[in-house]
Amino acid sequence: MPTLEGNQLECVRGDRRLFRDVNFSLEAGGLMQVQGPNGSGKTSLLRMLCGLAAPAHGEIRWNGTEIRTLGSDYYGAMSYLGHLGGVKDDLTAIENLRISSALGGVEIDERKAHDALQHMGLGGRELLPAKVLSQGQRRRVTLARLLVCGTVLWILDEPLTALDTTAVKLMQGLMEQHLEHGGMIVMTTHQEIEIAALTTQRLQLA
Amino acid sequence: MIPLFSIAAILLCAAGLYIGFFVAPTDFQQGEAYRIIFIHVPAAWMSMFLYVVMAMWSGIGLAFNTRLSSMIATAIAPTGAMFTFLALWTGALWGKPMWGTWWVWDARLTSELILLFLYIGFMSLQAAIDDPRRADKAGAMIALVGVVNIPIIYFSVKWWNTLHQGASVSITQSPKMATTMLTGMLIMSLACWMYAIAVVLIRTRAVILERERHTVWVGELQGAAR
Amino acid sequence: MFLWIIQRDLLLAMRRRSDVLTTLFFFVIVVSLFPLGVGPEMAMLRIMAPGVVWVAALLASMLSLGRMFASDHLDGTLEQMLLSPQSLPLLVLGKALAHWLVTGVPLVLMAPVLGIQYDLPGDALLVLTASLLLGTPVLSLIGAIGAALTLGLRGGGVLVSLLVLPLYIPVLIFGAGAVEASTAGLGAGAHMSLLGAFLLASLVLAPWTAALSLRISME
Repeated sequence: MPTLEGNQLECVRGDRRLFRDVNFSLEAGGLMQVQGPNGSGKTSLLRMLCGLAAPAHGEIRWNGTEIRTLGSDYYGAMSYLGHLGGVKDDLTAIENLRISSALGGVEIDERKAHDALQHMGLGGRELLPAKVLSQGQRRRVTLARLLVCGTVLWILDEPLTALDTTAVKLMQGLMEQHLEHGGMIVMTTHQEIEIAALTTQRLQLA
Repeated sequence: MIPLFSIAAILLCAAGLYIGFFVAPTDFQQGEAYRIIFIHVPAAWMSMFLYVVMAMWSGIGLAFNTRLSSMIATAIAPTGAMFTFLALWTGALWGKPMWGTWWVWDARLTSELILLFLYIGFMSLQAAIDDPRRADKAGAMIALVGVVNIPIIYFSVKWWNTLHQGASVSITQSPKMATTMLTGMLIMSLACWMYAIAVVLIRTRAVILERERHTVWVGELQGAAR
Repeated sequence: MFLWIIQRDLLLAMRRRSDVLTTLFFFVIVVSLFPLGVGPEMAMLRIMAPGVVWVAALLASMLSLGRMFASDHLDGTLEQMLLSPQSLPLLVLGKALAHWLVTGVPLVLMAPVLGIQYDLPGDALLVLTASLLLGTPVLSLIGAIGAALTLGLRGGGVLVSLLVLPLYIPVLIFGAGAVEASTAGLGAGAHMSLLGAFLLASLVLAPWTAALSLRISME
């Protein structure tokens, strides 16, 4: 049973302390929504959880082991989508997806990439360079990675920005499916969205 | 601690300069001008030594994530650069009467110049980074890379210099040094040591105060000072 | 994975050919400016040639360092690389090699032509090209450290030159020295083996150091 725990996390940015004493524990099938106003440290918390930044104090454990010591074992079980999608302007949607999933440790063939993009509603646009895609379409290319990578833990920073209502519906279904199969999601969002999950917790940052 | 080292630095410096300028005999080859080595040689020693010390503190800071050691490294850099510059400058002043030219592309002078570049690189990198923690770590990386490269750079410059021999005058000729000259030099080195320690301590204190300016204890200090 | 990265960076470079050509033309222009500055006497130019070509190669390779990580940093790919289960030093090695293929190799190919401008004899041209072939990958590898440390900083381009150029000095000395030694009839063997040693050492150490620097810069 995979678990993600945070103990007494503290975040300092420059001279300011963004938050302290953040505790949580997330289990398979669990969803955690991180909430708070702009500048309250939501993104910082997510970057800590995926191992990009070190907490000023406290520790983050994956299955009981500190994530910094786990290294690539942890990265193989986790997908992080940040504000920046990692979509290259000069590459086509299919090339973008294949490369980013290869970086995530899963090499997929053209066929599979094609299917995933189709599922995300990008059918017919796979071979266009990403620079001609709209913001929402680029976001869909990024999100398509979640379909092919097969990771347990998804850490999503505002995954729904720039998406239209059909795409939001699509993502909602995707996340519910993931949680049903024992996945875990940590996400921030400003949109009101109801996602059915085994356990839902809200983490409020002041 | 700081006053102790400062006073020691001043006293030793005075003594060293006195020996250097009044007691030590005039060199029969080089005349009076050689006396500048009482400043030049200790400064050159210090410049190299301080870089190694800085890299060492940086390494400790990086390995054990101790903030104080990184702050010490930050505090050492300007002093080290100052000594490097002093060594170059006095070297040039000495070179003019000795070799008839301000600058010679000699292996040691060139290495010293490159050392100055390394110091400047370290300081500019730290200055360009806003987040102090990243500045510490990035500076530590470049200091460590530099310290690994210093021997390589030194030997390549030396090799380069032997290849182009016609251009340089050898300064490795070491005429037998009179004991008074040696004492003068050693005392001056000690003075530089004391100076470096005092200044580094002062600067470390400043760095700590700046970084912790929002904590309670600094506020209390300020309150007490008022 | 390693090949994936190289392939991707080459693909990107192909789609942005102008970037590659800019570096190459910079190299050609700098080398061609020297005779205009010091006069056209062939005897002097022949002596200066290896140094001039090498310094220009250093500058050209350094100028393109900014691109190594910057675009990946801006669009978020770099975050994905840091979070990849693949080994980060290997990824960095891949990127440095791609950088060399895109900027270093054109310089190496161009060098003999520029050498002819300076009236270098045939065997000296050969040594010059060989020394660049061994030396330019070192420049890309060491440069990766500088590029990683200055990632996203104000004035990063100028800063990277301050950090990286002093570290390039040994390569410059032995690279240009190889040509001089061979024209002086001493044989370039010793220089070449030292350049080879630099290459091996930087192949082992630089990706690892640059990977650590990237983690520091992204925190």
